[in-house]
Amino acid sequence: MGLPALEVMIVQPTEAPSTLPTGRLRAVLERVSIQSLLFQLRAFIALIILFLFFWYKLPGIWVKSDTLIIMTKHVAQNALLGIGATYVILAAGIDLSVGSIVGLTGMVAGALISQGLKLPLFGVIVYFHVWVIILIALLVGVLIGLINGILITRLNVAPFIATLGMLYVARGSALLLSDGQIYANLGGSPDLGNTGFPTLGAGTFLRLPYPIWLMIIFTIIGIFVAQKTPFGRQVYAIGGNRRAAELSGIRVKRLLTLTYMISGFFAAMVGLIIASLLVASHPDAGNTYELNAIAVVVLGGTSLFGGRGTIGGSIIGAFVIGVLGDGMVLMDISTFWQTVIKGIVIIAAVAIDQLQQQLQERAALARSQAQALQTSQSPTAGH
Amino acid sequence: MAVGQAVDDRVRLDDAILSASQITKVYPGTVALDHVNFNVYHGKVNVLVGENGAGKSTLMKILAGVEQATAGQLIVDGQEVGIRSPHDAARYGIGIIYQELDLFPNLNVSENIFMAREMTTRWGTIKHRAQEAFTRNLLARLEQPIDPRTHVSDLRVGQQQIVEIAKALAEDVRILIMDEPTSALSATEVSILFRIIHELKSAGVSIIYISHRLEEVLEIGDYITVLRDGHLAAEAPIETVTLPWIVEKMVGHSPTRQLDGREHQFGSEILRVEGMTLPRHGGGFVVDHITFSIRAGEILGIYGLMGAGRTELLECLIGLHPEATGKILLDNRPVRGNSIAERIRAGLMLIPEDRQRAGLVQTMSVAHNMTLASLQNYLRWFFLSNRRELQNVQRLIRDLAVKVSGPQQPVTSLSGGNQQKVVVGKALLTAPRVLLMDEPTRGIDVAAKDEIFQIMSQLAQQGLAVLFVSTELQEVLRMSDRILVMSKGRITGGFDRSEATEEALVEASAVAHGPASTGGDDRATN
Repeated sequence: MGLPALEVMIVQPTEAPSTLPTGRLRAVLERVSIQSLLFQLRAFIALIILFLFFWYKLPGIWVKSDTLIIMTKHVAQNALLGIGATYVILAAGIDLSVGSIVGLTGMVAGALISQGLKLPLFGVIVYFHVWVIILIALLVGVLIGLINGILITRLNVAPFIATLGMLYVARGSALLLSDGQIYANLGGSPDLGNTGFPTLGAGTFLRLPYPIWLMIIFTIIGIFVAQKTPFGRQVYAIGGNRRAAELSGIRVKRLLTLTYMISGFFAAMVGLIIASLLVASHPDAGNTYELNAIAVVVLGGTSLFGGRGTIGGSIIGAFVIGVLGDGMVLMDISTFWQTVIKGIVIIAAVAIDQLQQQLQERAALARSQAQALQTSQSPTAGH
Repeated sequence: MAVGQAVDDRVRLDDAILSASQITKVYPGTVALDHVNFNVYHGKVNVLVGENGAGKSTLMKILAGVEQATAGQLIVDGQEVGIRSPHDAARYGIGIIYQELDLFPNLNVSENIFMAREMTTRWGTIKHRAQEAFTRNLLARLEQPIDPRTHVSDLRVGQQQIVEIAKALAEDVRILIMDEPTSALSATEVSILFRIIHELKSAGVSIIYISHRLEEVLEIGDYITVLRDGHLAAEAPIETVTLPWIVEKMVGHSPTRQLDGREHQFGSEILRVEGMTLPRHGGGFVVDHITFSIRAGEILGIYGLMGAGRTELLECLIGLHPEATGKILLDNRPVRGNSIAERIRAGLMLIPEDRQRAGLVQTMSVAHNMTLASLQNYLRWFFLSNRRELQNVQRLIRDLAVKVSGPQQPVTSLSGGNQQKVVVGKALLTAPRVLLMDEPTRGIDVAAKDEIFQIMSQLAQQGLAVLFVSTELQEVLRMSDRILVMSKGRITGGFDRSEATEEALVEASAVAHGPASTGGDDRATN
């Protein structure tokens, strides 16, 4: 028999012996060729080139800690949205309601700070502590994500349609909340014990504003969850082949719903950051941010068909958009041109992606056909 | 080597309107056709038979221009031609009725029949009225009073098949390929089809007729060609052959059973299935009250033709169809929970028929595919332990002899056989008690098939129960301790290893295809 005995095969996973397997390093080395390395780092390389370009064009202005911190602060919003959107898109979904959730959660926070929660039954108005308000706003984001997920997985509404509808519903709700008005002066009042909200956007730790810290922390968590947890692995599997994932016992519907809840969570966080930065909540905040989130993810090399991509890529994508945007502003390029250039960059990035993939697939197919012909010809040569 | 009538063929070759000569077709990992000759005689019904995987469909796809041969020639009217697209095939008058229905369910009958050949006015708009009149005439000829404006999705499968046939007739074909045209037809519809075939013959149309139903073939055919494992096994005029002869040529002379040296000692009953039923859309049952049991260490083979409900039975067991009813008992305890996750935890695991669509996640590596169904086993706190994953993956790569350069290799770069081993590895890592294998050797080469069989034997020896579905007679006979035959959703035969013969299996698999039962069913739904 050609096979060794399969004695341990149906035993549960064995405990690790003390020696480390050598397979890992070997496998890493096998995968790395200069060409594929360059390809995998293409977004990063593009980022460095852009950065150097603006350094050259904006001497003395670009590489200054103030400029860089402001730019990174801008990047943080897109990056946070991008983390949520990456999970959704990795699972072959799409979330268009992100921008509206940003607006609605900002308004919820604004209303709770400036008006409190009226409880007519008891004839009282409750003013919450800022931490509680932040928690409530985040919960609203997660809840909208849950509704998106239920619509998509239980009622079988296409993700595009379900979240498009939610885009309108959430934006409308944000406008309804204040009758279209702005909640200004979100500083809170010491009498009510709800001060401190502006700190979220403006406060710093080790010279870096809190939004940047949030980006750093959640990027690390996001990468770990995607790469090192069953949830992350299963999200990749669902995006790669939903049926195979289902037959492997993955609870596809539950996991898909979770991805939309994550997306809602990050949208709410960005909503809070914006309201805090402006010390006011505007019902129009976050308009079209869903498109930024998708652009960031796609620039980072994640496939809209699902299954391929990384959180790290999306963060780099956010930096590409941020560097490009701030650089062009500092160079006094008209905002109209800025928009056009952003669009071109996104299209070019994805077009290059597709081209490269086609080339790889064609090469793989040619290889396997050549192999099959070789093996088939040798035994039948005597015919 | 088995071309007995070679001399005869030369003589009659003048009559061949189309001949395929020395056709070879290679797919990644397998050779589907190996120097096959096939002749289509003018105005005759040219029957093509062979077991599943013998290469019939591939050969037809080549004639219809859907696929191109790797090597070989096609000769139409004595001229060598290249058929590179379905459009080319149409130019030579070759039409095909596919086994899988090929209609647009969202369009009506006449729109389907005139698809891409619409009758148009000089303004470029469609002449619906003229198309519908034409369709109505055509359907009247087929004795099918279907309104041309009916949406195809509203038709029964049998009626859809008739529309397929009408579509091919509307194209004025000289050579008509019919791939299992009767698989969905009732007895009455079959007799209408046969009348149409006679009409076509007298109008000079040559027909290529593929079927599993051998009695039918003897009734309608003029010439028969038998393929086996991608080779030409025999060609003969139908009046010179008998049913046993066809079966013998299909099956070949190789020993039907290679004993695998396994001790056939079974433990206690592990799985018992009672009254498993899956209703069909629009009446009837795909899986019709199936009851059976399987013991530890036993390989239970399920044989049946396409559409017998074998795959669906396995799908019911793994929990893919929540609407299925019936009892599943594992170790005499009912399995609760309808979800796939719960069934896997209970100890069932499916190795699906379609490796690409249901077995593998193509975007992932070998390692990630293998551990996908058992991720909870590699957890360290909340995180997956790379080390534990790799250990298990490497153990299975070794035990199953998967040919990979490393666990991180993309799964799509493996050959069919090695991909299948990855799917088997994924199943084994869930520590199953009952392994459900649906066509485990489909689309993989002979050597890899043997390896998969060895793995099955060894697993059974370790006490797993293996439920194994196949359309290939020899596989079922070779591997099974016990064989159940399914037809039209029901079990129509049960055989022990000692008493099973090819003839008995083939006979049992054709039960319920007869006129009596199907005719009755159809009248009920009509």
